[in-house]
Amino acid sequence: MHVTRREFLKISGMASALGALAGLGFDVLPIKSYAAGLDTMSVKETTSICPYCAVGCGQIVQTDKATGKIINTEGDSDHPINEGSLCAKGASLYQLVVNPSRWTQVLYRAPYSDKWEEKTWDWALDRIAVNVKKSRDTAFVTKNAKGQEVNRTEGIAHIGSAALDNEECWLLQAIMRSLGLVYIEHQARI
Amino acid sequence: MTNHWIDIRNADCILIMGSNAAENHPISFKWVTKAQEKGATLIHVDPRFTRTSAKADIYTYLRSGTDIAFLGGMINYILTKELYAKEYTANYTNAPFIVSSKFGFNDGLFSGYDPKTHKYDKAGWTFEKDEKGRDKRDLTMQDPNCVLQRLKKHFSRYTPEIVSSITGTPIPDLLKVYAAYAATGPDDKAGTIMYAMGWTQHTVGVQNIRAMCIIQLLLGNIGIAGGGVNALRGESNVQASTDHGLLFHIWPGYLGTPAASNPTLEDYNKKNTPKTNEPLSANWWQNKPKYMASFLKSMFGDEATKENEFGYSWLPKVDDGVSYTWMDIFDQMYKGKFTGFFAWGQNPACSGANANKTRQALGKLDWMVNVNLFDNETASFWKGPGMDPKQIKTEVFFLPCAASVEKEGSITNSGRWMQWRYKAADPPGDCKPDGDIMVELFEHIRKLYKRYDGVFDTPILNLRWDHVTGGKFDPHAVAKLINGYFEKDTTVQDKTYKKGTLVPAFAMLQADGATSSGNWLFCNSYTDKGNMAARRGKNDPTGLGLFPDWAWCWPVNRRIIYNRASVNAAGKPLAPNKNILEWKDGKWVGDVPDGPWPPLDQKDKGRLPFIMKTDGVAAIFGPGLVDGPFPEHYEPLECPVEKNEMSAQRINPVAPIYGTAADTYTTCDPRYPFVCSTYRVTEHWQTGVMTRWQPWLLETQPQMFVEMSEELAKLLEIKNGDPCIVSSPRGQVEAAAIVTKRLRPFIIQGTTIHQVGIPWCYGWVHPKNGGDSANLLTPSTGDPNTRIPESKAFMVNVVKKGGK
Repeated sequence: MHVTRREFLKISGMASALGALAGLGFDVLPIKSYAAGLDTMSVKETTSICPYCAVGCGQIVQTDKATGKIINTEGDSDHPINEGSLCAKGASLYQLVVNPSRWTQVLYRAPYSDKWEEKTWDWALDRIAVNVKKSRDTAFVTKNAKGQEVNRTEGIAHIGSAALDNEECWLLQAIMRSLGLVYIEHQARI
Repeated sequence: MTNHWIDIRNADCILIMGSNAAENHPISFKWVTKAQEKGATLIHVDPRFTRTSAKADIYTYLRSGTDIAFLGGMINYILTKELYAKEYTANYTNAPFIVSSKFGFNDGLFSGYDPKTHKYDKAGWTFEKDEKGRDKRDLTMQDPNCVLQRLKKHFSRYTPEIVSSITGTPIPDLLKVYAAYAATGPDDKAGTIMYAMGWTQHTVGVQNIRAMCIIQLLLGNIGIAGGGVNALRGESNVQASTDHGLLFHIWPGYLGTPAASNPTLEDYNKKNTPKTNEPLSANWWQNKPKYMASFLKSMFGDEATKENEFGYSWLPKVDDGVSYTWMDIFDQMYKGKFTGFFAWGQNPACSGANANKTRQALGKLDWMVNVNLFDNETASFWKGPGMDPKQIKTEVFFLPCAASVEKEGSITNSGRWMQWRYKAADPPGDCKPDGDIMVELFEHIRKLYKRYDGVFDTPILNLRWDHVTGGKFDPHAVAKLINGYFEKDTTVQDKTYKKGTLVPAFAMLQADGATSSGNWLFCNSYTDKGNMAARRGKNDPTGLGLFPDWAWCWPVNRRIIYNRASVNAAGKPLAPNKNILEWKDGKWVGDVPDGPWPPLDQKDKGRLPFIMKTDGVAAIFGPGLVDGPFPEHYEPLECPVEKNEMSAQRINPVAPIYGTAADTYTTCDPRYPFVCSTYRVTEHWQTGVMTRWQPWLLETQPQMFVEMSEELAKLLEIKNGDPCIVSSPRGQVEAAAIVTKRLRPFIIQGTTIHQVGIPWCYGWVHPKNGGDSANLLTPSTGDPNTRIPESKAFMVNVVKKGGK
């Protein structure tokens, strides 16, 4: 059976009894694409949105159910903006994620040291928290030069990030503002 | 974007200027191409012939930093030939308003300039008022002091001859572009603008965009299908990181950050909530107190009460008139102000202007946290070029994070579409979703404040935390809080909502603490109907590509902002061939209208279309900016000419300048004779942290290069592929020469001026010998309104490596 994804989805809409193997209500089995050569019975599909520019193209990610590893990424033909196409970067999503050069350990560089050291999350977060408290409290300004109440710290600055999800952006501003930071900026300013 | 990506296909003429959309927003071109297939004209104006130019029906060039001259010439053309949309400008803009006699303009300076402080007193930039306090107007637009006539006078100086001498664009090309774009003035024609950093990264960045807004208003192109003012934003979620207030000057939903002069919420509301004497104005910002109270409830929950003004005093205040922007952060850091610094999902050692200053500044910290996917020039700055780790005290923490497909949540594209994405796999090794890192970090900090005394710990202890489940970040819970809840049983418009119900839309938000909403603009995105951002419906009832059931779009799923400007006073579409909104049988049909009111001809009930403006109309005369109510051409801070041909004022008189040893500027200096601009390539993204580590992409664009014209290469005895040194007073980079016809010399004021271009997506960490950041060369100056850096026009020298 040779059908394109688009044709298949039309068929699928009429006869969903073909079997919903994947996460989002459509079967991946007879799709004519790179994925056609893969063992699709054991694949989970999820949709995503490209992490590069702000066009917001749809992507499909295929994950091997047995290993939990991502095995393929491609454009989402159902997406009304990109209709399946992707640019060079979007098409390389797989290599962004499955990449041996990623740093997957918490790393620490001590003052005046010439090397990174591997650390645990707890060790690093404990130490960052102590640093934050010290920097924040030492440079906390309750009243400014004019005597106006300002309740801010001038000891810490923060930048980031347009690479985060909406929900993360919101929480990050909440955390930083509750700590009293006013120097809060990110990529939108450059 | 006022409009959205698919809507580009509805345009009759597309101007791409300050952008190379084909290479930097490649999929946008699917819709540009569809418009062209239907007969639309594509115009590209850029110093360099790019792949965007290759697809254009009309391409012409201009020298970097002269866009206002180019566009000013177009304003002059439209006004002298009377090609503007008369009804639209008279009814929907402030073109008929009478400008105050206190306003003036003389030889490059607007009235109110103080040469000592380099600032304008804007008190005279106003309109004459009638006895009811309403703005005086002449709907015939003939009064010599009305906005349209003042505009005409201001831009009458922008003749094709002067414009051409400033920009280097041949006069026939100017006229060809002006005629093609001005042809979108008739009601049934739509013209759109696609711009990006090519317009923002200038000392006149905001005024570049203002100039185009004026053109769009004169031609009646805002609020309609195929029109609008469309910023092509460069990061996948930069729209919402802005919407959610990760900037010093705004809280979520564009609520201005409270200043020290507003000690109480009552003061803030009184001073920042606009009032209007215009009976037909919706003046939507009159609702600001509701959004403030709802935001504070989302921050502090039950601890936020009427008595404590919902915790208003717990949040930090900025000093009035002080700038806390990116450039100010690194200026202050360089001077040793900060001990701690978070660079979350960022690589400022390559991304900000004057990168050497940034890199030096990082060494003055006690500690820094970098959250990222890969090694980068910021995390490893202490072992970078010219650095001696033994001399650098900064303690550095690198926290590895999850990639986009290793967590769940939403992002908002340039067209304001909030789209949900799902988790496909666990992150590798110790990598964690950023949200989990935030939650765990804050819990570690809060534990310290619970255990030990701390300074002003109330906001830390009281921060609302019910959206965190079992120590894990819960994107659905946060998304719901961003939408907002009824915090007690509340009756709105005869309907009672139980405590804990999600608020259906921002019209229901309250100022008395009855509702929470983390960001009023996103209220309606997660309701009792479910997660609107996750929708995948493909209905297109208008046939114009609005796709109202696909994902969700702020505000209230309105796909085209200011869409009431697309209809006449009777509510009928000005362009029946592009009908996005129509008043039919007593209701609106089409897109979600900009407010529920009936059309303007329904006496006292209708409202003017520009609902976010206090007076209900769009601002051709725009007194809100710090550098003038009309755009005016100034040369870039670093430029190749001694004289600005428009006036005695060479540069923007209020452009920011910094004074540390790392801040050097040069102009008309024979040591740095070439104009330079930075840009990106399709295969890399921003500083390249997410792309340089991918062999597929790196193979196609492996190293730093400098593009130059054949004429300049001949002059410098440089051949294609030669290693070169590009330098400015602030630094230098090595780059391979690309000798190309894509760049050409300009004839400016009768003299030949050369321009070169360099990409900013490389850095010393990886690949080895791939070159370093273009931002080592760029100056710490920028737009006086936004302080976005002037990376698109500065002066450099180029020599063959090993040459003189």
